[in-house]
Amino acid sequence: MLEIKNLRKSFAGFQVLKGVNLTIPKESMTFIMGGSGTGKSVLLKHIVGLLKPDEGEIWFEGQDITKLSERELQIVRKKIGLLFQEGALFDSMTVFENVAFPLVEHSRMSSKEIKLKVEELLQAVELLSAKDKFPSELSGGMRKRAALARTLALNPQVILFDEPTTGLDPILQITIMELIKKIKETFKLTCVVISHDLILALKFAEKIAFLHEGVVVEEGDPEKIRHAAHPFVRKFVESALLDKKFETKEVEHEL
Amino acid sequence: MNFFSPIGRLFLRFIEDAGGIFLFFWQSLIFTFTPPLRFRLFLKHMEFIGVRSWLVVALTALFSGMVTAYQVHHALVKFGGQSVLGGVVALTLTRELGPVLSAIMVVARAGSAISAEIGSMRITEQIDALKIMAVNPIQYLVTPRLWAAMIVVPLLTAMADLIGIAGGYLIGVLVLGIDHGIFVARMQDMVELIDIMSGIYKSIFFGAFLVTVCCYKGYFAKGGAEGVGRATTEAVVISSVGILISDYVLTTLFF
Ligand SMILES: Nc1ncnc2c1ncn2[C@@H]1O[C@H](COP(=O)(O)OP(=O)(O)OP(=O)(O)O)[C@@H](O)[C@H]1O
Ligand SMILES: [Mg+2]
Repeated sequence: MLEIKNLRKSFAGFQVLKGVNLTIPKESMTFIMGGSGTGKSVLLKHIVGLLKPDEGEIWFEGQDITKLSERELQIVRKKIGLLFQEGALFDSMTVFENVAFPLVEHSRMSSKEIKLKVEELLQAVELLSAKDKFPSELSGGMRKRAALARTLALNPQVILFDEPTTGLDPILQITIMELIKKIKETFKLTCVVISHDLILALKFAEKIAFLHEGVVVEEGDPEKIRHAAHPFVRKFVESALLDKKFETKEVEHEL
Repeated sequence: MNFFSPIGRLFLRFIEDAGGIFLFFWQSLIFTFTPPLRFRLFLKHMEFIGVRSWLVVALTALFSGMVTAYQVHHALVKFGGQSVLGGVVALTLTRELGPVLSAIMVVARAGSAISAEIGSMRITEQIDALKIMAVNPIQYLVTPRLWAAMIVVPLLTAMADLIGIAGGYLIGVLVLGIDHGIFVARMQDMVELIDIMSGIYKSIFFGAFLVTVCCYKGYFAKGGAEGVGRATTEAVVISSVGILISDYVLTTLFF
């Protein structure tokens, strides 16, 4: 579905992506994991053409996205949605207007239909009560959910989620992931999720890829990642799972 | 040796900026003709620029008109020509002070705000968000502001002309004791339609110029909140100086 080949990108002489190769299977949930600052967000921005690579290709529907002009990209972008890490909500608009924005721009819906659709989306991310608030009046987690609703509004075929659950409470994390999964299954979407949360990844991912020092060092299904050989991935897995054991023990102890 | 290098660098920066600004202007003008027509945004920005600026423009015009009357009277009295005061004040205002002062006040009040707003949209990825929702950010952010400024700045200039002349009248007739009839008659003799229109034409240019510069600086802001501050300062300096320089050039060439 999406094929990333030998992607390289430097910023002012500092190489962030050093030849990323990754295939994202159609209608699947792929998690991209890795340490902070390893270029996960940069990688997603290449997929929607916000950044141009120094070298490499990204194939989508028989086209190399990296070679498209801004106008050709507009067509691709209607098919690929991106949830920004910081939300990137328009701060001159209310939550409602933010979510309605892509519909007003691109759909042929009447304003009544748009209202219904937006309210349905806001309901799904549990934000209906905040619909008339401005982004500056929201908490970080609320902003993230509003941005999620906006990304979902256009029903893209592929959605790239840049840390959709970071900064949310554990219950909401699961709720959001369940929501993404449900939407993915209903609309047969291809989802790419960036996350630091291995537990969540093991639970929801069909494929996990580890980005480390500018390359994908390990990829495969959760079971494969659990028993990965690469030292960085092992360390990542061990710390995450240890944490979990620790947590469960503590809970038992309290009981 | 090193004395001239900052000048050289400034000159290179100027050439680079000038090219970028012109291209930016050209693009936003061209995007007028790509649908959708953003009429509501155009109205909104007209209101924004007008509401923010009219009071300062009115005050500036009033006092400039008054002080011009004093100074011109002082000069005219030396050879007993004070009867033409009305004409000279009106010419100074319609041809020079009206358009230039209005434009500079619009820079200070609305231009800086535009630059800061677009700059903060850049650094919080809102411009990228527009792009990935397949909305052309220049067409959405700049084109409506360009047209709004090209309409509102001339309107403000016309207002400034009127208020400035009223200020001149106040001083000339009520304080310096020039006869009402003579003041008005000289004004009617000396001021032709082309004098008023030359000021208005210039102000259309100033409006387009200042809004392009302010949008351009904000649009390419980088480096966090500090970068937005820097962009805003540069926008105000470049537009104000540019207005004065281009006023000279336009006046010698055309008017
Ligand atoms: N526009 C840019 N200009 C210069 N450097 C950049 C730019 N965008 C990203 N970088 C650099 O690229 C590197 C990777 O950034 P990126 O945002 O992709 O990290 P990340 O993996 O998403 O981290 P996190 O998990 O903290 O979000 C960082 O060192 C960052 O400084
Ligand atoms: Mg990131």
